[in-house]
Amino acid sequence: MTKPIIELQNLSRYFGSVVALQGINIQIMPGQVHCLLGDNGAGKSTLIKTLAGVHRPSSGHLLIDGQATVLRSPKQALDLGIATVYQDLALVPLMSITRNFFLGREITKGWGPFAYFDLKTADHIALKGLADMGIQVRDPSQTVATLSGGEKQCLAIARAIYFGAKVLILDEPTAALGVKQSAKVLKVIATAKQRGLAVIFITHNIHHAYPVADQFTLLKRGRTLGSFAKSSVSREQVLEMMSGGSELAELEQELAEFSYNDAHTTQQDQAQL
Amino acid sequence: MPITNSSVNNTVQPLYDERIRAQSVLQKLLLRPDFGALAGVILVFAIFAMLANDSGMFAADGILNWTTVSAQLAVLAIGACLLMIAGEFDLSIGSMIGFAGMVIAIPALYWGWPVWASIFLAFITSLALGALIGYTVVRTGLPSFIVSLAFLFILRGLTIALSILFTNKTIVSGVSEVAQDDWLAPLFGGEFGSDFFIWLSKHDLLATYADGSPLVSGIPMIVLWCLLLAAFATWILLYSPYGNWIFATGGDEKAAKNVGVPTAKVKILLFMFTAFCATLYASCQVLEYGSAAADRGVLKEFEAIIAVVIGGTLLTGGYGSVLGALCGALIFGVVQIGLFFSGINSDWFRVFLGSMLLAAVLFNNFIRQRISQHS
Repeated sequence: MTKPIIELQNLSRYFGSVVALQGINIQIMPGQVHCLLGDNGAGKSTLIKTLAGVHRPSSGHLLIDGQATVLRSPKQALDLGIATVYQDLALVPLMSITRNFFLGREITKGWGPFAYFDLKTADHIALKGLADMGIQVRDPSQTVATLSGGEKQCLAIARAIYFGAKVLILDEPTAALGVKQSAKVLKVIATAKQRGLAVIFITHNIHHAYPVADQFTLLKRGRTLGSFAKSSVSREQVLEMMSGGSELAELEQELAEFSYNDAHTTQQDQAQL
Repeated sequence: MPITNSSVNNTVQPLYDERIRAQSVLQKLLLRPDFGALAGVILVFAIFAMLANDSGMFAADGILNWTTVSAQLAVLAIGACLLMIAGEFDLSIGSMIGFAGMVIAIPALYWGWPVWASIFLAFITSLALGALIGYTVVRTGLPSFIVSLAFLFILRGLTIALSILFTNKTIVSGVSEVAQDDWLAPLFGGEFGSDFFIWLSKHDLLATYADGSPLVSGIPMIVLWCLLLAAFATWILLYSPYGNWIFATGGDEKAAKNVGVPTAKVKILLFMFTAFCATLYASCQVLEYGSAAADRGVLKEFEAIIAVVIGGTLLTGGYGSVLGALCGALIFGVVQIGLFFSGINSDWFRVFLGSMLLAAVLFNNFIRQRISQHS
């Protein structure tokens, strides 16, 4: 069996008297999509930021490639191949795709003070990086503002992969996207998985993550409800665990009423016609 | 369920015309930040070619006249342009001109310094002041509008107070005499291309005065500085990694920081660059005309900003061009001198300037919308 690329052992994080994370145990495998599910306030953000080197664990261990590691800065996490794509994506809208792709890590040609930003090669690499992820772009010099939400997300992911990410942390990558756009992003995630990257997919919506996920970890009020392989758990079971059985039953009843009302009004509309 | 079906269809539809649309050359041109300014340059030349063609505006000395005025403003505008693309303003450059001029003139005339040493002193002082302004802006997070406005007053007041303290005057003249044998002064106050003009006049290609010397003796150094500075700034902006950082700093500072761009450093260096440009302007002015005055450079900060905005740079940062700023300065110079040559009352100049600024801002907004449109 392959070894986990990241392992959290009994990890906790407190903010003063607030317990944000308590006794978290998670294993992240290369070549798998690990879905972190949780409602608002479940501790998802704290967990990502701990993995990204923003927060340090209050107790417990973070193992990277089997080595106990203390991440001191986001830069260190990045150097170890842990790339986080936050919701704001860190893209500059009025700049071109290529310029965004290489922002902060420009490739140069030439020597010393005469080194120049090699835009020609950069265009080529950016186009190829996107094409590898299944995104066709007409012109790499067009501004990022002209891209759709899904394309922007894909660009941010492709950029992280090109610059050597081994673990990709995606914070709600499909949150603001329509169905078709989400599908595009999910395809990119599947490609990343195929190339052997470990993907951590954070979401509060199981339906977005279910098609690509291999593992689910449920977070609730700072604790895990356990990790499950996709084969061992159905969508409905995950949902039920997330919301707690009784709450879900209530919700179902409400939904049933809605659909009854919908059907009722549609019938009325048809009758009027 | 009919409702879900229709919503799915809606999200599918816009996909297929996403990248098929071809753009015409004109459409591509329209997306350039400096397109409006280039068109504006052609327009003002056309207008004054009709209004002032026989007035000598397009004779050798007339051309030199508006070229010099434009180049002076362009030197300031190039600095302001890079800073504005990074999302900041510097309103202190007008006062910096007066200040730097005095820093050159007073040590040279009253303390017995060699002129080259006082030029160095002026550049070092201004760069330090620019760094101070930049550091204040970055550190406090206050709008640069307020911080540099404060320095507009501080520097102007300081210039007047100090020049009265040291010389009892606010206009100091006589720099030309002490600069005569200086090795550095000709770089700012001199002329270039004199031999070329003499050659032209000998071959009857250029009009001469009665004594046989050519009508135009040479091109002021500021024109050369302007071209060098424009080439340098364009290279930095478009072809060096720093240009990428400048665009990103002004376009979305938080995103830039997140990917590791040192935005504070970028801004401080650009505040120093605008101060450098102001001092370059002051050096050329003091050494060409031989005097410094405490009120030099009044309103120049606004003229520079106007030239930059006419040149297509967004007031909000993140988008713009040095070539545009050059065009903005050229429009400025041509109109200012053109009105004089065509005998129109020069009071109209400001009316024109204001209208031009308004039109440019509206046009820039339109361009911004176009480049950020989902195709």
